[in-house]
Order: sequence, then structure tokens, then C-alpha cells
Amino acid sequence: MREIKIFNTTGSFAENKDKAREIRINFIIPSLEKKEKVILDFEGVDSATQSFIHALISDVIKQKGAGALNNIFFKNCNEIIRKLIEIVTVYMQDSV
Amino acid sequence: MKIHLMNSVWIGNIDPFIRSFDISNEHILEITSHKKWVSVHPVVLCMISALGLFMREHGAKINFEKMEATSKHYFHRMGLFNLLNLDSEMKITPHESAGRFIPIQQIKNSEDLEGFIKEMIPLLHLEPNKVEPIKYIISELVRNVFEHSSSTNGAIVCAQYYKKSNTIRLGVVDTGVGIKDTLQIFYHPRDDLRAIALALTPGVTGTTRKLGGVSEMNAGAGLFFIKSLAKTSRDFFMIYSGKAMYKLLKNPKNKQIKLIADPLEDHYSSDNKLPYWKGTVVAIDLCLNETINFKELLTSIRKVYSEGKKKLIKERYRKPKFI
Repeated sequence: MREIKIFNTTGSFAENKDKAREIRINFIIPSLEKKEKVILDFEGVDSATQSFIHALISDVIKQKGAGALNNIFFKNCNEIIRKLIEIVTVYMQDSV
Repeated sequence: MKIHLMNSVWIGNIDPFIRSFDISNEHILEITSHKKWVSVHPVVLCMISALGLFMREHGAKINFEKMEATSKHYFHRMGLFNLLNLDSEMKITPHESAGRFIPIQQIKNSEDLEGFIKEMIPLLHLEPNKVEPIKYIISELVRNVFEHSSSTNGAIVCAQYYKKSNTIRLGVVDTGVGIKDTLQIFYHPRDDLRAIALALTPGVTGTTRKLGGVSEMNAGAGLFFIKSLAKTSRDFFMIYSGKAMYKLLKNPKNKQIKLIADPLEDHYSSDNKLPYWKGTVVAIDLCLNETINFKELLTSIRKVYSEGKKKLIKERYRKPKFI
């Protein structure tokens, strides 16, 4: 199980899509490829944009299928971040 | 090119201001203004700044007629003359700002944007929950400029809080390729208005061929989210790109708010024969009287986004022709 604190990369407002992409490419995908489970810890992140969440996880679902969500855990999400993650995961599963 | 700053220009009455642009001469930008009082939406400051930077970059001169209006200090304070490197001919003693405004900023890259978002919050002197939608809008709009506009001057942004109406008004402007060009490769919009309507439709992005599809970095949701924020707060939202302007009109107070995926089914006005704006202009008003319930809004958006995408895909289905 590998864990990353999103706040350390983004600060309290997670909006930089390039940073989301970095987390995905350098952390999420390599971990999943090693069959490790991933924890994305949003502690300290007050808000995010849909674009950030999209850049963070959409390509994981696209590449690895919806089953990838069985191995990704979203921790310490406030309600807004939770809703945004739900939006992205739903439309991604509609798309794949 | 000639621009005249009228007495009053807000989103609601911006149409005559835009129609009055004279785009015949590309070698000089002449700016004149109402002699007594000029009161404008921040997007107007962004437009003049963006245009001035663009034209100067292309060798044009800027001739800003000395302002006589009593309100001329506002333009100085918002940084218009400074950004365009013009002498305002106003002598103003600098003092600690007590106003609630974000002066005109040129944002060219991701680092600029991150710094800007951090710095702008204290300038507005607002409670954190009221700042959330503003941060959201600015981030999404400015990142659209970086990703889609190919603008060499980045995004020009400014905002103002109006205490009396408890409203934030903000503008984000670029002088890039415009929306029609961005969507041309995959969607072939027939005109600028159709292009704007497509850009506002959930599931349409200029970065993927797949209809209703998503790319690694885009889902075609950003502008729809922002339009939905304006609609929920019963305020104006405007996009002007190429020869077209789309304006979401205020939702009447007695009317229930229902988010609609197709922007052309919303309560809007439009014009498709305006003077050509090379790039994209976005303006929004956001009344803070009732804190937008972001969570509920996101639930509605999720539903409409999904339905809108399905409708979009269905529209492209071809039925077999039986003869």
C-alpha cells in the first residue's frame, strides 16, 4: 500500500493539472503496475477543480479500466472533493 | 482600431460597446472615453489591456486619449496604464489599498497562476467560503487560455467586488486563436456562435476526436461548470469570441433553477455579427448574497453532464435508411 499526500504537491487548492499529471504518472500508475494499492490523501486540501481531479485519475481509468478504482483509496476528502471525484469517476466509466 | 469607453459598460449592456469597435486600422489602437464618468465591468479593462498588448506586439501604436472623467483614477488604480506602459498623466499618491479588487494581471504560465490565486484572496477581503467559487472560476478559465488559446500574451485577468450589490465581477481575456479555431479540427463549427455553444456543452473539448469523450487532461466540463455557477447565482455570464457573443441572462428570482446541458436552450441572448475579436473574452458576475451550495451544485452538474453527453452522442447516431 503506497500513500501520497496531495497537499504536499498542491497546497490547499488543488488546481494545477500539470501537478495532477505528475502524481498520476510518477506515483499512481507505477504503483498500480506493481500491483500495489494506492492511497490519495487529501488532508489539508480544502478544494480542487474538476480539471485537477480529471487530470489526476481519468487516464488511470481509461488505461486500466474501472477495476483500477478497486485499488485506489481516496482519504480525508471533504464533501466537495468527494463530489468532484464521483463526477469524474462516473463520466469516465460512461466513456470507457 | 478604435475603442470608445462609454459612460457605462456592464455585462447586461455590453452589446453597444462591442458593436462600436472600429477594427478597420490594424496599425493604431485609439482609445477614447466618455468625458464625465466612465463606469465599466472589469472585463472591459481586460479587453483593452489584452488588445493593447497584442497590437503593440504586432507593431501598432497605442493612442490613449487623456481621460477627463472623474472616475479616471479607477483605471489608473486597476493598473491599466501601467500594464500598457502608458503615462496616465495622473498624479496619485500611493496608499495601502483598502478596496476589494484584483488589479489587471497578465498571467502567462502555471506558476504565475498559482501565485496569483494565492495573492488574490486577501485582496478581496472575503470570507473563505465566498472565495471558493472565484478561485475555481479563475483557475479553470486561465488554464483554458494556456491549453487552448495559443496566446503569446497569456491571460489577462481582473476582478472587482461591489459592496452594494455584494457581487464579484470578473473578466478573463486572451488574444489567441479563439474558440472556433480550437474546435475546428474535431467539430467543424459552422460559425463562431455555434463554436461557443459547443464549448459550453458538457463533453465537448477541442482535444479529442471522440464525441462526448475525454482526453488525458480535458473532459469538456470547465465552461459548463462556470456557466452553471452563474446560473445558480442568477447572474450574467458572457463569452465573446470571433464575431459572436453568447450571454447567459439573469435567471428571474421567481423561476426555479434548472441546469441545462444545451446552452442554446438556456435563457440567453446572442449576436453573431460583431466586430471580430481575435481570441476569447469571458466575463461573469457572481452575487454572494446566498452562498452557492457547491455540493448541491456539483450533484446537479453531475446529472446534467452525464445526460448532456449521452444526448450529444445520440445526436451523432445515424439511423439505417430503409427504402
